[in-house]
Amino acid sequence: MDGIYSIMGAILPLEAYEFNFMKNALLAVLLLTPMLGLLGTMAVNHQMAFFSDALGHSALTGIGLGIILGLRNDLLAMLVFGIVWAILICLIKQSGSASTDTIISVFSSTSIAAGLLILARGGKFAKYSSLLIGDILAVTPQDLLYLLLALVGVVTLWVVIYNMLLLTSVDPFLARSRGIRTRLIEGVFVVMVAVAVMLSIRWVGVMLINALLILPAAAGRNLARTSRQHAAFSVGIAMLSGIVGLTASYYLDTSAGASIVIASALIYAISLAVRKARG
Amino acid sequence: MPHHCELCHIDLDRISVRRGGQMLLQDVSMHIHCGQLTVLIGQNGAGKTTLIRALLGQIPHTGVIRHVDGRGLDIPHLRTGYVPQHLQFDREMPLTVRDYMAASMTKRPVWTGVGKKTRAAVDAALEAVEAGDIADRPLGRCSGGELQRVLLALALNPAPDLLVLDEPVSGIDRNGLKLFLETLLDLRRTHHMAILLVSHDLRFVREYADHVILLEKSVLAQGHPEEVFASEEFRTVFGTGEEEEAES
Repeated sequence: MDGIYSIMGAILPLEAYEFNFMKNALLAVLLLTPMLGLLGTMAVNHQMAFFSDALGHSALTGIGLGIILGLRNDLLAMLVFGIVWAILICLIKQSGSASTDTIISVFSSTSIAAGLLILARGGKFAKYSSLLIGDILAVTPQDLLYLLLALVGVVTLWVVIYNMLLLTSVDPFLARSRGIRTRLIEGVFVVMVAVAVMLSIRWVGVMLINALLILPAAAGRNLARTSRQHAAFSVGIAMLSGIVGLTASYYLDTSAGASIVIASALIYAISLAVRKARG
Repeated sequence: MPHHCELCHIDLDRISVRRGGQMLLQDVSMHIHCGQLTVLIGQNGAGKTTLIRALLGQIPHTGVIRHVDGRGLDIPHLRTGYVPQHLQFDREMPLTVRDYMAASMTKRPVWTGVGKKTRAAVDAALEAVEAGDIADRPLGRCSGGELQRVLLALALNPAPDLLVLDEPVSGIDRNGLKLFLETLLDLRRTHHMAILLVSHDLRFVREYADHVILLEKSVLAQGHPEEVFASEEFRTVFGTGEEEEAES
């Protein structure tokens, strides 16, 4: 890590990045924003913003269940619960029920309630409150390794499934007629989103994680014409707002996660104006 | 009687589909010959779409579908191309016609861009259906007729043994439809392809179809258009004011 720190020190002549915890936070931002930016393009095209929001909330239940089962590793508990939960929602969506959003809402509120019920036993929720807003300044080099592995995994799978997922999101029936196993592809995608969300949640927070997934992709959608531009804009906007937000949070003494989301919200507003101007 | 050519055909033998205790299709048997335009007609709810889905292997059915060559021997694989009635999608999606076509014609993920070879393949596929000028248009900005062409270009790549089309009832003007159908007739001639078309335009059917099948849960009548149109079954289904009524 020392090598990386000294390189960063050389290219970032800012007071904020004199500290290793800030360097770690920046590296975390540079790993998780492109991952969420890439996945976000399809979450938006697939009209899954609500789904991923509910998925983030389920992290609370995951940790709660982990405690009940005596698991020491919060991350593992969140990952397992998040994946199971995502597949469950996906199955409900695929069953073609007309009221998918109602069902997701029921699941979402139930999982928040169940999580709070367990985590707030005996008034001990304060211990977990950082989970709600995240704490990116606490990232360790080992966490960075997890994020790096996740990013590599997401990009690799994104190369393999993207075309099939794109055809599925335009018309699943037509995609099936072309031999695409649409249910499997959607399943892989929601598991990817679940893993990315669960790995990022401790740093960005339950309340803000969905904004990082959806806002850059939504802004990119306002600016892009092609799939390639959508991916490029979404990843670019996610990384830009990550860097700007994190840096600003140091000088303004604000929450890093919230600052990053505000930065991407501002970019979204600009993208909307550009789109209106183009007509 | 249907004309039996010496070439291949697709053989449907007693196809039945049940759903929730209800019989949607019962013992449907037919031959779809290559080089012929076979047209499926019938009222709404007659099971036309169900038959197509069974044919595409998307819903469970009983009975046998065979792909047979001129000597009556089985051809193991039946490649179908399918053109749906319409495409219901998010029209704001950042996606050009080229992206959409490339995604189904190549393995390279289109978020990394479209390669030179694929660009040329997409252009060629679109030109073949007289839509060469819309490659770089967003898919959501295409008219009903243009979308229909894009879907046809997709269905023809890779070249299918059987082309199945669900004719659009709305969203395409009469000229667009005529142009589309003329493209189909060209394909029949140049590629000697078996084409199964679900049509609601009886005037067109009478003029261009080689073989007509009247469906109402099972096959009520089939044969040359004139034969089917003159049949008792046809009058029962469509009434006497045939053409105007069915065209609406």
